[in-house]
Amino acid sequence: MNLSYYLVLAAILFTIGAVGVLVRRNAIVVFMCIELMLNAVNLTLITFARSTGTVDGQIIALFVMVVAAAEVVVGLAIIMSIYRTRRSASVDDANLLKY
Amino acid sequence: MPAEGLLAASWLLIALPLAGAAVLLLGGRRTDRWGHLLGTATVVAAFLLAVACTVQLAGLDGRAADVELFTFIATGELDVTAGLLYDPLSAVFVLLITGVGSLIHVFSIGYMAHDPARRRFFAYLNLFVAAMLLLVLGNSFVALYVGWEGVGLASYLLIAFWYTRPAAATAAKKAFIMNRIGDVGLALAIFVMFAQLGTTSYAGVFGSVGTLAGGTITAIGLLLLLGACGKSGQFPLQAWLPDAMEGPTPVSALIHAATMVTAGVYLIARSAPIYDLTPTARAVILAVGAVTLLIGAIAGCAFDDIKKVLAYSTVSQIGYMFLAVGLGPAGYVAGLAHLLAHGFFKAGLFLGAGSVMHAMDDSVDMRRFGGLAKKLPITFVTFGLGYLALIGFPFLSGYFTKDAIIEAALDRGDVWGWVLGGVAVLGAGLTAFYMTRLMLMTFFGRPRWDDGVHPHEAPTVMTAPMIVLAVGSVAAGALLVSVFPLADWLAPVFGEPAEAAHVVAPALVGLVVTVVMVLGVLTAWLFVGRREVPVTAPVRVSPVTRAARNALYADTVNESLFMRPGQWLTRALVWFDNRGVDGAVNGLAAGLGGSSSRLGRAQTGFVRTYALGMLGGVVMVAGALLAVTAG
Repeated sequence: MNLSYYLVLAAILFTIGAVGVLVRRNAIVVFMCIELMLNAVNLTLITFARSTGTVDGQIIALFVMVVAAAEVVVGLAIIMSIYRTRRSASVDDANLLKY
Repeated sequence: MPAEGLLAASWLLIALPLAGAAVLLLGGRRTDRWGHLLGTATVVAAFLLAVACTVQLAGLDGRAADVELFTFIATGELDVTAGLLYDPLSAVFVLLITGVGSLIHVFSIGYMAHDPARRRFFAYLNLFVAAMLLLVLGNSFVALYVGWEGVGLASYLLIAFWYTRPAAATAAKKAFIMNRIGDVGLALAIFVMFAQLGTTSYAGVFGSVGTLAGGTITAIGLLLLLGACGKSGQFPLQAWLPDAMEGPTPVSALIHAATMVTAGVYLIARSAPIYDLTPTARAVILAVGAVTLLIGAIAGCAFDDIKKVLAYSTVSQIGYMFLAVGLGPAGYVAGLAHLLAHGFFKAGLFLGAGSVMHAMDDSVDMRRFGGLAKKLPITFVTFGLGYLALIGFPFLSGYFTKDAIIEAALDRGDVWGWVLGGVAVLGAGLTAFYMTRLMLMTFFGRPRWDDGVHPHEAPTVMTAPMIVLAVGSVAAGALLVSVFPLADWLAPVFGEPAEAAHVVAPALVGLVVTVVMVLGVLTAWLFVGRREVPVTAPVRVSPVTRAARNALYADTVNESLFMRPGQWLTRALVWFDNRGVDGAVNGLAAGLGGSSSRLGRAQTGFVRTYALGMLGGVVMVAGALLAVTAG
């Protein structure tokens, strides 16, 4: 099995995620795109772990999943509270953090 | 030698008036009722003590007494002990200060009777007497300096006694600033002494001054002279003294005629061992004295303000004293004798002027006096005796002392001796002119009083001191020459009087001076006495009169040379401070603020912009890593 297929797939997924973060306004969609990027990275890690025959990459991937789960919890809570105060989930409406 | 007996208590001379001043100033209104009596009592007590001390001093071998008091400054190499030196020279001054001071305190009781701030006046007078006694009694230049500044402060406070009058406040400021210029000279001289000799005591300095280079000695001499010129109102610092007449008249009599302004003469006489080594500085003293005596005499001829005429007369007479002490050993005694005689007759003249002002509702304009001889007989007689003493009427005090100065000048024997003697004789003629003019305008002729002025003789408390001073004016000269010869008394300080080889016979000098004096009196009679005195000063006058009325443009010169450039400099510095220094600091701050707010615009608040920035950053880092590892 050729490694490059997995890597290309991971790159495509990562790019889709990154573009999604940059162009979408809905906070939930932006959040999902971040998850997509994380998982693209996970795929890369697993691929290399498989190709080198070590378990380091797999362990790091598991770590990433745990951290991502925690991050989802915190992130969704923030989005919920923003929505409650502003009646909007658009990231462009939450623009107070500036000069 | 260390002092014993009463002399050991001579610090009381200073402490008594100082305590009086402290009680009067700290006691406040509670002391209003008896403050003037306490102030007078302390000075009279000091006078009695001074007489007793001087009697004891006369019996001592070597006639000098050191009184060690306490360590004033002891740091590293500088060691100043506060101590007093009671020797013939300081004794002469102490007697003059406390004696004339007592009389003027008594006079002030009457003169200031209706002034609500009489207590404050006596407190300042006591402060002055204490500082002046410290000045003449101190045994080091530092002690002298402390007294020097003390009398300057008292002079400032007393000139500005009626501080609500703008003229008095300005005059006080002027006196203080011009004195400060002189004080800088004195302070620098003390610094040089300390740096070069490591001591400031009279004994230490005079003992080792001979080891210095000639230039250093001359520098010390000239710096001391600058200090003396400031305090004594000598050229080029003479302009403050006439303005100081804004103070109450007893102040003019005590401080600005009899005592404080002669401190410069004291300083130069005391520093005789320094000036013995520097003929250059002596020549400068002679020039200062000669120039000042003419300036004062010329300006005195033109003023209509009775106190200003007397003030310029003081300037001129102190010029005589400077001329005398500038002559060296030949002139010290003559200068100090003139100083003592002048202390009597000028204090008497000022008190007389005060009595006239008292009678004329505080007017000082001689053009509005006239015919006061009948109304104020005691004032007229005492003032007249002072006048005769001042112009050098034969066998009154001014005759002996002024002639001695002229003789000492001529005895130099060279051409400068003739020049200085000639200047002094000319000054005597001018003195006779302006004083006769003053007498004629004040006491003779038709009354030119303002409506509602009813002249009346002053109370006894004022006339008694005037009578005592008038007697002193008449007798002082003869006493100092023959009965108690000042030359013998001062011999321990200035050495035994040498029998001078006279270039011109003293009798001839006396005759010439008397003739010149009579000419001055007659000229004054021709100009003033013969015809009616106009009530307003004539406007169309010769340039000479105009120059004299402006005191030879001394104020104009000071203002254009020093005051205005100073103001320009200040304005330029303020401008530079506002625009230059503040501009640089404010500009830097504004620049930083502006650029930071411009940079701040990059912070849009849009999460997606920040994300793009992070992505760009990551791409750049990744690209750089790839370039490094691949390349």
